[in-house]
Amino acid sequence: MNLTVFLPALLKGALVTLEATLLSAAVALVVSVVVGLVRLSRFRLLRGAALVYVEIFRGTSALVQLFYFFFVLPIFGIDLSPMAAGVIALGLNFGSYGSEVVRAAVLNVPRGQHEAAVALNYPPGLAMRRIIFPQALAAMLPPFGNLLIDLLKATSLLSLITIGDLTFAGKSLVQSQGHVTAIYTLVLVFYFVMALMLGRLMQAAERRVPGATAGGGR
Amino acid sequence: MNFDFDYALQILPTLLRATVITFQATVGGMVLAMIVGLALELLRRSGVKPVVYATKGFVSFVRGTPLLIQLYFLYYVLPLYGLSLETMETGILGLGLHYGAYLSEVYRAGIDGVPKGQWEAATALNASRTHTWLRIILPQAVPPMLPVFGNYLIAMFKDTPLLATITLLELLGTAQAEAAISYRYLEPYTLVGLIFLVLSWPSASLVRLIENRIRAENRNGR
Repeated sequence: MNLTVFLPALLKGALVTLEATLLSAAVALVVSVVVGLVRLSRFRLLRGAALVYVEIFRGTSALVQLFYFFFVLPIFGIDLSPMAAGVIALGLNFGSYGSEVVRAAVLNVPRGQHEAAVALNYPPGLAMRRIIFPQALAAMLPPFGNLLIDLLKATSLLSLITIGDLTFAGKSLVQSQGHVTAIYTLVLVFYFVMALMLGRLMQAAERRVPGATAGGGR
Repeated sequence: MNFDFDYALQILPTLLRATVITFQATVGGMVLAMIVGLALELLRRSGVKPVVYATKGFVSFVRGTPLLIQLYFLYYVLPLYGLSLETMETGILGLGLHYGAYLSEVYRAGIDGVPKGQWEAATALNASRTHTWLRIILPQAVPPMLPVFGNYLIAMFKDTPLLATITLLELLGTAQAEAAISYRYLEPYTLVGLIFLVLSWPSASLVRLIENRIRAENRNGR
């Protein structure tokens, strides 16, 4: 067993995993907020479209979606790089779960806050931006923290569409070096440490947002 | 390239047969996860410090690492130590251990939710430990957990395509095999997506309905 060969290869893979996690998280965050708010829109058509999106992406398997983006879209002339396909697929998948978090958090802001905004003559957009959303944010953070760790773990699927992430690095090492037990154990430990770090990061973020419950993450 | 309905109809029976394999893996995985989850939670409550720490460590490690690598680990490492399992058995073991770690937290919440007076009453009535758990605590703890179990069952169902990576010919694995023969990806993958949607969407709605009913009952006072 040769750690000087294993560790650099795995570290390189871990960086790709981290990159994929952050990029997908950014896509998922934007999708969550937009779709979550559209689900509460006054316009029935918009609400319906958002609901269809959420049900499709929550109702099917993440791996199937990933394969769809990777193998099927090119047939229609949409040729994405593996990383782009992966980030978009995971972003849309986690965005569907995240949008439910946003929706629930906004709905849970006390009614009086909405009424106060109306009484103070705030236009709806401004009321959402300045009054409702900041209060909802506190309730969103703990579930977002859990989703982020799930997302980190889900990026391991990207190894199946040729992306050289941590899982891929582990698999290639096993193929070239053997030492199955040692390498997969190391890969597991790498993921676990990254999950712990992300968890700590989210807890720190929760502490900085007023009203967020301490230790609500994991 | 257009969607070829004839081809889709031609592979549909094969995919539906593969759905049975997916079901078997899901049900097997869930049964194992319910047993593993309860066992982990009982170990965590054992009061023996090394056991408690080991259990907590195991649960957070399993929850903090991807199912895909756990499957690789079981599939490639167990045979080295003389434990050769069938692919289906490895898949069920992987799903069962992974989701068992999650379910142990559900059991914890459910058991914590049983009022303290029930434990005291069991002691007062001189009930044995087994009797207390099997006849008094668990029957009260489990029903409120059922919707949560339902959600995990659906999540596990959607995770079964990962078993294709350890060569189990479930839905996705079968679709891959079909695509490899025909060089057509659109129809097999679309059908797989639709089959998942058709099965998991109504189940998820049903779970939500039950959840709401339980919540409404609790609100109306008991």
